[in-house]
Amino acid sequence: MTRDEVRGAILDILSEIAPDENIESIDDNRKLRDQMDLDSMDFLDIVMELRKRFNIEVPEKDYEHLATMSGCIAYLQPLMLKKQVAN
Amino acid sequence: MARNWLKGAQSAYDTVVIGSGLAGMTAANVLARLGHKVLLAEHHYNLGGLATWFKRKGGHILDISLHGFPIGMMKTLRKYWTMDMADRVIQLRNIRFDNPQFCLRTTFDRADFTHILLERFGIMLDVVDEFFSTIRQFNFYDELKMTTRELFEKFFPGRKDVWRFLMEPITYANGSTLDDPALTYGIVFSNFMSKGVFTYQGGTDQLIRAMKAELESNGVDIRTHCLVEKIYVDDDGVRGVRINGDDIACNAALSNSNLLTTIHKLVGDEHFDDGFLKEARRVRLNNSSCQVYIGIKKGEKVDYDADLLFSSVADEYDTDKILSKDVTSRTFSFYHPFIRPGTNRYSVVSSTNARYEDWASLGTKDYGRDKDHLIQTTLDALSHYVPNVRKIVDYVEASTPKTFKRYTLHPSGTSFGTKFEGLKISRELPQQVAGLFHTGSVGIIMSGWLGAANYGVIVANEVDKFLRSVNSQSPVEAVTV
Ligand SMILES: Cc1cc2nc3c(=O)[nH]c(=O)nc-3n(C[C@H](O)[C@H](O)[C@H](O)COP(=O)(O)OP(=O)(O)OC[C@H]3O[C@@H](n4cnc5c(N)ncnc54)[C@H](O)[C@@H]3O)c2cc1C
Repeated sequence: MTRDEVRGAILDILSEIAPDENIESIDDNRKLRDQMDLDSMDFLDIVMELRKRFNIEVPEKDYEHLATMSGCIAYLQPLMLKKQVAN
Repeated sequence: MARNWLKGAQSAYDTVVIGSGLAGMTAANVLARLGHKVLLAEHHYNLGGLATWFKRKGGHILDISLHGFPIGMMKTLRKYWTMDMADRVIQLRNIRFDNPQFCLRTTFDRADFTHILLERFGIMLDVVDEFFSTIRQFNFYDELKMTTRELFEKFFPGRKDVWRFLMEPITYANGSTLDDPALTYGIVFSNFMSKGVFTYQGGTDQLIRAMKAELESNGVDIRTHCLVEKIYVDDDGVRGVRINGDDIACNAALSNSNLLTTIHKLVGDEHFDDGFLKEARRVRLNNSSCQVYIGIKKGEKVDYDADLLFSSVADEYDTDKILSKDVTSRTFSFYHPFIRPGTNRYSVVSSTNARYEDWASLGTKDYGRDKDHLIQTTLDALSHYVPNVRKIVDYVEASTPKTFKRYTLHPSGTSFGTKFEGLKISRELPQQVAGLFHTGSVGIIMSGWLGAANYGVIVANEVDKFLRSVNSQSPVEAVTV
């Protein structure tokens, strides 16, 4: 997956979890939590969706990597590549 | 011959959810949506656990635990249930207090509480602001040593009237006291303060019916009248369960039964470490409740302008008095017709916190007498606000801690699970026995409709992770036990 595809996949998950938010305007370098109304249950949903859609397991200690969009991409892109190779 | 309530059930499931409280049902729904094969077993004839209601002749429908919940429930219903359920969440704006220290009305949110603390109690704005921002910043990993009493002492020293205003509703909401960790108070109180108190339009019966339909459409095999008697465990972890005498295989058992029942009865002490058991034995159960259900005659109305009334004749807030069988404090929930649009009916439910011991040892005669006393004194207390209540009442009934125990099987009829320490034990079960999970009211913060439902999701996430890891190894085999 390219960087843009990974970003698109994350946006897709976010739009499902927070349908009322304007995800178009997300600033990749600011905390998601400061731009959208996301609570700890929403982060849990992101983790569940990543497992469901991409078979990626994010351990609790790595949740901090999901704080910003650019953090998500940096953390997830290599994992998604690995899955692609494995398939 | 007794009916076979397991007729047509399969011999194996990915997971068996034991109990259909809001936590069990929400977990079952999330797991089914994630593609797992789920059996939901409930011993009672209805789903819902404490989220329940009953009907009586004369068109009465009486709700048990629909007094109110925080706004968060709307999002929880939207995300883990359906949009239609979320759309039925409506605000209760009319919350009243009446006690020897103060008599007031509030919308029970931060703005209004701030206003009342300033105008009525004479607290400085910066103290109030700091109090709110302090409790909102509490999070799970915070230092847990501070008690709610110390928190209040710090911000409102000696102001027992303010303590009562801030604490009494929370004591009713989850049985917590001034001696419980301030963290638990902060989380629950902030949840309410964010927008106020909300309810579900359509009533508990509508909600549970809709949940049942949703569970079925996601493929959950729902079985009522099904008592889970045993969770089978071997060296590799959970193997299956025994339901009404029949064995069913599963890799994961998710118990919505009480935490201590799950450990000591369903699994058995022999499967846990000594250290863990020692800690589990220190877990304190929360208190139970008494309620009086008052059905109003068709065509009559309750002429009192409130949704919730925290009423007390005790001179100050005192947990012992709140728990005492000699009742001085009651929460009255007024169910107006807008709760069930189209029915044009009223009911009032009075709730008090109560101790199991005070009711459990009574003989049949004394039990009946005390229940009747509870009903009569409740009607007396209510007639203070609704003077003609004895004229318009059509149906009255009371429940006690024994009633709650009978229907939910919770030890001592606990209404709100366990005290704070129970949460850690609940979370650690899978480390003791692979495939063993618990969800449902624990730790104060995970109780109430919102806490229980969200905890169902939190644990469903763990179960999903676990099932994916075992499924990638080997398929489930039928148990031989
Ligand atoms: C009087 C009262 C008033 C309340 N008011 C409110 C309120 O206004 N707002 C609010 O948010 N919360 C309220 N609550 C609290 C709220 O109802 C509970 O916290 C919540 O419903 C608990 O859900 P739970 O998932 O923990 O399970 P429970 O509701 O406790 O359900 C557990 C289920 O498991 C079943 N079960 C147990 N063992 C077995 C077994 N071995 N086999 C099969 N089934 C089994 C039981 O029958 C039950 O159905 C109130 C509680 C009480 C008692």
